[in-house]
Amino acid sequence: MYAKQLIALTAGAAALAGLSSSALTDGSWGKYQVGDIRSGYTFAEPETRAMQDDDFENPAMLVLDYGAELWSTKDGDANKSCEDCHGDAENSMKGVGARYPVFYGPWGKPINIELRINECRQNNMKAKPYKYESNEMLGMTAFLKYQSRDMPVTVDIGGPNKPFYIKGKEFYYERRGQLDMACKHCHEDNAGNMIRANLLSQGQSNGFPVYRLKWNKVGSLHRRFRGCNKQVRSKPFGYGSDEYVNLELYLAWRGRGLPVESPAVRN
Amino acid sequence: MAKPRIKVPKSAAKGEIVEIKTLISHKMETGIRKDRDGNIIPRQIINKFTCTLNDKMVFSADWYPAVSANPYMAFHLRASESGKLNFTWQDDNGETYSTSADFNVS
Repeated sequence: MYAKQLIALTAGAAALAGLSSSALTDGSWGKYQVGDIRSGYTFAEPETRAMQDDDFENPAMLVLDYGAELWSTKDGDANKSCEDCHGDAENSMKGVGARYPVFYGPWGKPINIELRINECRQNNMKAKPYKYESNEMLGMTAFLKYQSRDMPVTVDIGGPNKPFYIKGKEFYYERRGQLDMACKHCHEDNAGNMIRANLLSQGQSNGFPVYRLKWNKVGSLHRRFRGCNKQVRSKPFGYGSDEYVNLELYLAWRGRGLPVESPAVRN
Repeated sequence: MAKPRIKVPKSAAKGEIVEIKTLISHKMETGIRKDRDGNIIPRQIINKFTCTLNDKMVFSADWYPAVSANPYMAFHLRASESGKLNFTWQDDNGETYSTSADFNVS
């Protein structure tokens, strides 16, 4: 009931405010829009978009540079670097960021880039896994996804991924928390409307990991999930948990065709 | 991890006005925020940024706590002579971070 009131309120506010995000000069959002699917870029303020447009001004690039450094740094008992096996990331990692999460045979479930990096570190480099939200992990993820920049998100939801895609979809439409709200109440029903002072986006994942101005640093998609879950007063799931990986899979499918923007800049 | 990034044009004509961009990763702790127990987190910001060309000051800025984390600074410079551009950031804790670039004026 609370949620319904909240939504009624925000819908009213949105009618007053109109669409506060302005389109590009020709009235469209160019590559940032595919049909009805709009990247978070199109909901961002012009100043925020300018930060993302200029790679130099984008503060996420500092972490990305760190990731690039780690790519060629030897680590672990095997004394190998990523580069020793994978070579030049520009070639070997091209397209990886656009198709993850993928089904991972040994686990019998989907795996996202973060978990895949740690799998590789543990199995092949015999190194300690990175902490999920560490600069190392964020830098490496940003660096890998950057290699697929502007490639359309094309996640495979068929075959063995299918049941996990369905689970992710169920999560998206499932009410949770004290506010009794599902992802869809904000990001599907009210995308483009204001929630108090914030413009709701469609909740697309194509720019992650993002530099978020509120965080003053780069953060992962799962950090954003946790924030969203806390805001509806539900208990967040863990970083890299099955629930979130399934949701990540479903979200990638929702944003299919959008260009990989990582590392993007958001509010 | 205070690692600066700079962008300096490869070459410039004499008298031309060029844009120089800098970015450094720094937490820029304001000294106003409190931690979980209510104690003030001590201020730690970069308080001064300077740029010199052949050891002559060409640009400097004093920074205050309102400057965001990971500060970005862009400024314009009239190309007068070739030489070495030195960039320095001074931290509250006494550390300085610096980097340099060659600047060619033809």
